[in-house]
Amino acid sequence: MTDAINAPYVSIQNLIVTFTGGVRPVKAVNGVDLRVNRGEVVALIGESGSGKSVTLRSVLRLHNERRTTITGSIKVGEQDVLKLSADALANFRGKTAAMIFQEPLLALDPVYSVGAQIIESIRRHENVTHVDAHKRALELFERVRIPSPKRRLDAYPHEMSGGMRQRAMIALALACKPQLLLADEPTTALDATVQIQVLLLLRELQREFGLSVIFVTHDIGAAVEVADRIAVMYAGRIVEEGPVTTLLRAPRHPYTLALLRSRAHGAMEKVDGKRPRLETIAGAPPDLSLPQTGCAFAPRCRLVNNACKQTQPDATTISAGHHARCLRLDATA
Amino acid sequence: MTSQAMKTPPLLSIKGLTKHFPLKKSLFSKGDVVRAVDQIDFDVLPGETLGVVGESGCGKSTTARLLMQLINPTAGEVIFDGMRVGGRDLPLKEFRRQVQMVFQDSYASLNPRLTIEDSIAFGPQVHGVSKQESLARAHDLLERVGLSPARFAARYTHELSGGQRQRVNIARALALQPRVVILDEAVSALDKSVEAQVLNLLLDLKDAFKLTYVFISHDLNVVRYVSDRVMVMYLGQVVEVGPADALFDKPAHPYTQALLSSIPAMDPEHRTEKAAISGDPPNPINPPSGCRFHTRCPKAQAICAQSAPVLGMARSAHPVACLMYESDSGYDHNVTEQVAV
Repeated sequence: MTDAINAPYVSIQNLIVTFTGGVRPVKAVNGVDLRVNRGEVVALIGESGSGKSVTLRSVLRLHNERRTTITGSIKVGEQDVLKLSADALANFRGKTAAMIFQEPLLALDPVYSVGAQIIESIRRHENVTHVDAHKRALELFERVRIPSPKRRLDAYPHEMSGGMRQRAMIALALACKPQLLLADEPTTALDATVQIQVLLLLRELQREFGLSVIFVTHDIGAAVEVADRIAVMYAGRIVEEGPVTTLLRAPRHPYTLALLRSRAHGAMEKVDGKRPRLETIAGAPPDLSLPQTGCAFAPRCRLVNNACKQTQPDATTISAGHHARCLRLDATA
Repeated sequence: MTSQAMKTPPLLSIKGLTKHFPLKKSLFSKGDVVRAVDQIDFDVLPGETLGVVGESGCGKSTTARLLMQLINPTAGEVIFDGMRVGGRDLPLKEFRRQVQMVFQDSYASLNPRLTIEDSIAFGPQVHGVSKQESLARAHDLLERVGLSPARFAARYTHELSGGQRQRVNIARALALQPRVVILDEAVSALDKSVEAQVLNLLLDLKDAFKLTYVFISHDLNVVRYVSDRVMVMYLGQVVEVGPADALFDKPAHPYTQALLSSIPAMDPEHRTEKAAISGDPPNPINPPSGCRFHTRCPKAQAICAQSAPVLGMARSAHPVACLMYESDSGYDHNVTEQVAV
């Protein structure tokens, strides 16, 4: 609704990412449009291979440029990410947009203490003394509530527990006060009791710093805890997008509907002493190295008709901010 | 007394099972042990699905490996159908015919050099079934798990998707016609839509072959969905065990309560406001004294650091290991808010 007044902070238009390193080129992302306003949290959800992480990584241009073709445009604030020079890109990463990953043990450098990595990041982007940078690192550690922060700054990644490492990586990502936080399955590897702590921390920091966040996850539950809007990806496209409540209560794309129904969460009521069978989606996602005609979900869709196999559906607006790419929206109302 | 006599004897009975992994002695460490599983007792009843939940490091996978005798216990024993496993009545090889396992990593648990029909037929051949009959059994099982033998039997594992590979693993586990299948995070690596397919398959096969499952997972919703009874583990010990719905609706142990309240609410209007407990699970090398949960427990008192609770049901509907539910444990119910008993 605020779209008309404020231009979106992040604007991804017709993003197509093709990996050309293999035998056949793989179109991992096939025309993604996504806007994120200032201070808004958008969750990108989908199954493995749906293109959610590839989309996210494109925003920082993390793909190997020799084996990847990216077309379309990604704008963050005033900057056109796909056109940045190497220097400008290095300034952009960390300062304007920062990323947190699923596995901090792989994302952090094992041979430097966590504190040293945060200090390095601050001094790379800002002209401050080592002492000041150290002070800021300590404040960050306190902010993400790492116990005995002073001592932990000198710890190496392997000396921390999983939850603490994830907090340290969040501190590192926020070190240079970015406006955009990209989160790639940040809580997937964590235990349940730790996952909720990290989700709550992310939500709190997002509010405090007014961050825009793109949160990639395969876990709808985690997305609901943090997101304002949810975009569902399937086979390289966003198939449905809407405010979190709308998407959860009134999903319209057959894939979103099936995904929500296949969760064990909703099948706890017993009938004749037995739980009902889970609703499943038959088959598997398509091979993205083969050319697609028509809707990618058509072979698995229970509402499929001939038109679905011929034409790629455009995004249809259902209500303000709620869009879906489906020709059979009349059948899911 | 009569109800005691009428109770069905357990199919698997685990007594005092313990596994300590020694750490390497060096100049700086004095040869500590990881107390992966410490003195646990539990039963698995014939025909039931026992769900096992807990966080990483709580010993649930070690328990599965001990059950299968893939690793040797430090202490304790496994009784199957009244016979001690590894004893004269029940040699290990015979036990393994009756109890099979499906692992999380569907790729690593299949031999990449065997076609899937050979993978499935391998076990029966080891146990003396003819090659021809083993292959026939393999084809039959492939059909049962939803993979058409004509299309899949001659394929290799790398030609299959994750969900298909896990179906092959399930078929292989069933090839020896076991009575118990241990599923160690068997659906955890699968995408949700595929996970639902495999869960439905597991429930169908359980009915068709009259199986008993031990279902280990960190996904609490899935465990509740498949299990008849659920056992909750924390740092190598059992803290609570009870019927699935009773345990999920009215968890007694403070850890179970915290674990269940950590499940995302799936309700954007009532998001989780506060985490039930803070911090990560402690290190099982030097577990906390007394009750191992006392360092994170919101209801802990001084006594909890000194006295270790015993799994019992003095003041609860199903077995719980917590001093709050023990009679004369020294836990003062008047100090903190009164707990519903």
